[in-house]
Amino acid sequence: MPLSNAPAAVGINPESYRFLQDYVYRESGIVLDGDKQYLLEARLTPILRQRQLASLNDLCALLQATAEAPLKRQVVEAMTTHETFFFREAAQFDALRTTVLPELIQLHQDTQKLAFWSAASSFGQEAYTLAMLLLEMGLGGWKIQILGTDLSTQAVERARAGKYLQIEVNRGLPAAYLVKYFTRVGLDWQLKDEVRKMVRYEAMDLRQSMRTLGPFDIVFCRNVLIYFDIESKKKILTELRGTLFRGGYLLLGGSETTLNLANEFERKMFGPAAFYRAP
Amino acid sequence: MSKAMVVDDSKAIRMILSKTLAEFGYEVCEAANGREALVVFEREKDSISLVLVDWNMPQMDGLEFVKELRADPRHSSVILMMVTTETEVEQMVRALEAGANEYVMKPFTKEIIADKLRMLGVVQ
Repeated sequence: MPLSNAPAAVGINPESYRFLQDYVYRESGIVLDGDKQYLLEARLTPILRQRQLASLNDLCALLQATAEAPLKRQVVEAMTTHETFFFREAAQFDALRTTVLPELIQLHQDTQKLAFWSAASSFGQEAYTLAMLLLEMGLGGWKIQILGTDLSTQAVERARAGKYLQIEVNRGLPAAYLVKYFTRVGLDWQLKDEVRKMVRYEAMDLRQSMRTLGPFDIVFCRNVLIYFDIESKKKILTELRGTLFRGGYLLLGGSETTLNLANEFERKMFGPAAFYRAP
Repeated sequence: MSKAMVVDDSKAIRMILSKTLAEFGYEVCEAANGREALVVFEREKDSISLVLVDWNMPQMDGLEFVKELRADPRHSSVILMMVTTETEVEQMVRALEAGANEYVMKPFTKEIIADKLRMLGVVQ
């Protein structure tokens, strides 16, 4: 893994930075470049406060000295949980609604079964967006399987709860969906069981074997690969391909591609949205 | 250049929303309540295609404004987005039924407004 350019950052010395780079890579596969001290400070400061530690150097010393699993997991989760929101990259959901899902519905009319995987589900917005979209398309009576997985057990628990802050439902979610599928509980918004029960969430590391998963019609793995090194990206894409039906689709983030990583995928454009079709 | 209007009794909110819309290339006019907004609408001779409107304002509130505007068939294609402190589901339903296309709860961020506008297909 790259250990270059370790900075002499405020709050963290180069040795501690290198330790955290190595530690996060080993535990999650995520690569921290040499200029991410701001990210370390932003993500790990709450842990410093909670543990009454004076600096990131102290946290590193504690990590090296302790066998305390909850602390180790807390650090990895703090570094690997990423922002998401409902209907993120709306063009992809438009393409799903207008083109891709109607094709799949036609194809599976006999069995009325569809399977999806949100491979880095974070707090659940992606999988629940899909669930609401499927309900809107009148597929409530179909056998729909949606799996959501994330490295972070905390994120998985939040996703299962389906409870969101006002700022989270304010972003990207059409008001018509909010009033139809959520109930206001105090200052929060609770997703209705009708949607929640459509998604099953599990903790999972994308670097592990995916042989027991699938087959899926569509796999969402958006804005995740960017955090991995090239070898990990290739391995994950190969595994993801193995979970898809022939002709199934992989959805990546807007800045991600399979090009030069897994060229067996066929890139198909639906308007501005790219979908990667499995052979 | 497309024209938009921001209707809010808070000058600060009008400034923030106008700046966001201007960044998306809109020419923006402002009004401090629903009554004033209707006057501006008449003056601008149907050139306004997007309105961001608060709910609670003196003289004429946002909901009344939405109803008035939607009652005139000339304005059926205008995109109306309420931006308000009202956060009850019932209020949202009332706004949508009255003819609002979208609804944003205050406090908002620039990203929230931008995402909603993209969702409505009025900006890239």
